[in-house]
Amino acid sequence: MTATSLSEPTTMPVRRAQPLVGLLRYGLLAALALGLMYVVWGLYLAGEPLFAAVVMALLVGIVIIFGARRFYTARFVFPGIAAVLIFIVLPVLYTTYVGFTNYSARNLLTFDRVTELFLNQKAVDKSTERPFGLVADGTQFRLYLTEGSGGLLSDPFTLDGTPVELALNPVTEAPETVPLKDVVKFRTELGAVTATLPDGSQVTSSGLRSFAKVTPIYERQPDGSLLNRADGTQLVRDESVGFYRNEAGATVAPGWRVNVGLANFQRVLFSEGIRQPMLQIFVWTITFALLSVFFGFAVGLALATVLQWPHLRGKAIYRILLILPYAVPAFISILVFRGLFNQNFGEINLILRGLFGIQPQWFTDPTLARMMLVMVNVWLGYPYMMLLATGYLQSIPQDHYKAAALEGAGPIRNFFSITLPQILPPFVPLLISSFAFNFNNVVLILLLTRGAPDIPGTLVPAGQTDILGSFTFRVSFQDAGQNFGIAGAISTLIFLLVGVLAYANFYALRRAANARGRG
Amino acid sequence: MIVERPRDLFWKKLAAHTFLICFIALILFPFLIVLSISLRPGNFSTGSLIPNPISFEHWSLALGIPFTTPDGTVLQPPFPVMLWLFNSIKIGTIASAGILVLSMTAAYAFSRLQFRGRAAILDALLIIQMFPAALTVIALYTIFDALGNVTPILGVDSHWSLIIAYLSGITLHIWTIKGYFDSIDPAMDKAAEIDGATPWQTFRLVLLPMSVPILAVVFVLSFIGHVTEYPVASVLLRETNNMTLAVGARSYLYEQRYLWGDFAAAAILSGLPITAVFLLAQRFLVSGLSDGGVKG
Repeated sequence: MTATSLSEPTTMPVRRAQPLVGLLRYGLLAALALGLMYVVWGLYLAGEPLFAAVVMALLVGIVIIFGARRFYTARFVFPGIAAVLIFIVLPVLYTTYVGFTNYSARNLLTFDRVTELFLNQKAVDKSTERPFGLVADGTQFRLYLTEGSGGLLSDPFTLDGTPVELALNPVTEAPETVPLKDVVKFRTELGAVTATLPDGSQVTSSGLRSFAKVTPIYERQPDGSLLNRADGTQLVRDESVGFYRNEAGATVAPGWRVNVGLANFQRVLFSEGIRQPMLQIFVWTITFALLSVFFGFAVGLALATVLQWPHLRGKAIYRILLILPYAVPAFISILVFRGLFNQNFGEINLILRGLFGIQPQWFTDPTLARMMLVMVNVWLGYPYMMLLATGYLQSIPQDHYKAAALEGAGPIRNFFSITLPQILPPFVPLLISSFAFNFNNVVLILLLTRGAPDIPGTLVPAGQTDILGSFTFRVSFQDAGQNFGIAGAISTLIFLLVGVLAYANFYALRRAANARGRG
Repeated sequence: MIVERPRDLFWKKLAAHTFLICFIALILFPFLIVLSISLRPGNFSTGSLIPNPISFEHWSLALGIPFTTPDGTVLQPPFPVMLWLFNSIKIGTIASAGILVLSMTAAYAFSRLQFRGRAAILDALLIIQMFPAALTVIALYTIFDALGNVTPILGVDSHWSLIIAYLSGITLHIWTIKGYFDSIDPAMDKAAEIDGATPWQTFRLVLLPMSVPILAVVFVLSFIGHVTEYPVASVLLRETNNMTLAVGARSYLYEQRYLWGDFAAAAILSGLPITAVFLLAQRFLVSGLSDGGVKG
């Protein structure tokens, strides 16, 4: 390694005077910093101090590393590392954090936003409700309210969403008002209009056709509870569950996000109705990944061995045709299979019915559904193994086969005694990473079966063909619950497992590299 | 080449060819069926492999042209397939270009420059790349939901959010490119350095021009990866017109609205360009795949 060491001043690149370029660079840097500053401020205001802090750290990092000459080397690495940290490491940590909260469709917002929602709830005093009309006056409008037999009319005002308070004067004759469909256009702007009646009471818009006395339902008390002004009851803040409770003790939706400690993990690991399907899904995930890797490797290696045979002609065309399943985008092939396997009018069942008179229930029978998944996954995955095996096969010395031929060994014996033992060691890391990939092969499950058929009698919807990853995905995004907390807890468990796999893979890679270095 | 007895050789060759042809017939069966289905009229028709009569309604709909059936009804395209394809290519190209820039500069530093924590960061990257993006979608969604409150450009349902999220996929590419840089004789950049080049100049004027092949491989690999990515895109893109192909294609095959024929045509039309890119690049891929990450 003859890399230059930039910390030594002797090899420090000589800086030529380029004032214009330097000025431009600092200008860009300042613009970027200002933009990020705006984002930090916005995130902070939106109640996301964590993300604001992350962007702030990014901002500081950029300014230091691209501003100071000392960190010249880091400029090459910083952008990439920052992307990895923000969009892989941070999400992994954040997902784990979510596993310790009650974040879900019912507890979606922050406390401040929930309180704001309660305080914004308004009650309309029906007894004061009266129809209104808008009277066009040039580009301005007048507000007309009925009062007894006559009416009240305001002075002209601009209807642009800025809050206005209008005084009303009695008129005897009803003026011509604009039609309702034009009033609809000013729905939001009308919300900012307050009119004062002759008796001093104020009315605001209470619907598309009416003005009335509108008052907030809740009033914030000094102790943080909310007083219902209509019936005098109180809503009390309960931070342990992230909800306001009413006087009967029941929670009132919507709730906010709070930490719930290990509750989600407890539910996932110990609560009846989740633990059972979780265990089943876990076993199936492992089985699925093992079967996929094994058959993919077996088929790929077999094909590579056949294609390697020197006497075979037309290798190029065979090779292209054989890697087609890898070349076609997976999301298309998987959906194609979803159609082909359709129980009623899919082509596979039509052929099977024609030939054998059977019509397998690919999507409703759990065993058949699992077989289908493995078949499709092997179809998708063998070309990758074949491509890699082709490369490794070339590194096996031909002498070994010649010696075997002299001893009278057949092709089968050759394969198991020469090819396999030599090809397996470099393949180990690839097999591990392939296992890890299939362990989380969410795309296949989501596009082919969506986990169907369902496991009966579970608390959260779980499917017979769900793997852990697709189960998590469905818990968080597809089924009604949107239970991010539970999903976060399951993800955390998967991360631990992936961590172990990743380390095993890393270890195997190191060994393979060292072995090659020695060999 | 090992010489074999001619008679044995004949039977062996016959067996090998028969096996390969049968296997390929089995493998290609789905493609042929889909081609046939795309040419059958209607969405539920069955029939022989060569359709009779041949109808181009699905192809016309996939291209976004309304189709008039023989009995006079006009069929409207169910989904904007061409727009989805365009979205996919746009996002794939920009994200891959970004990844190329980030990973080649980082790879240069890891290959040629000395700094503290260099080996540790490299190892960490290798471990981090095993963590599946599909499981961090909750966090990604929350991040972009929060950013969207500040500026819609970085919110949910924006292509830029997806592109930025994709930029994190540089981990393996750094290793691949670094492996290639390592194989270039360091005497080259020593010479440049003696002539007074800064590390940046050495990188741009010496190493980059020599690394075009591996950069092409990385670009194609990451392009295909992004175009076919489903989980993250499906969470970040919600509106029909914003979707990428991978997200949108599923809309054809819902139980309630099963457009098998329309899907077949759309699948071929949109799958072809991506497949072609892959086949053109595949000969480079083999060496890229086996040369890259494995070097310690």
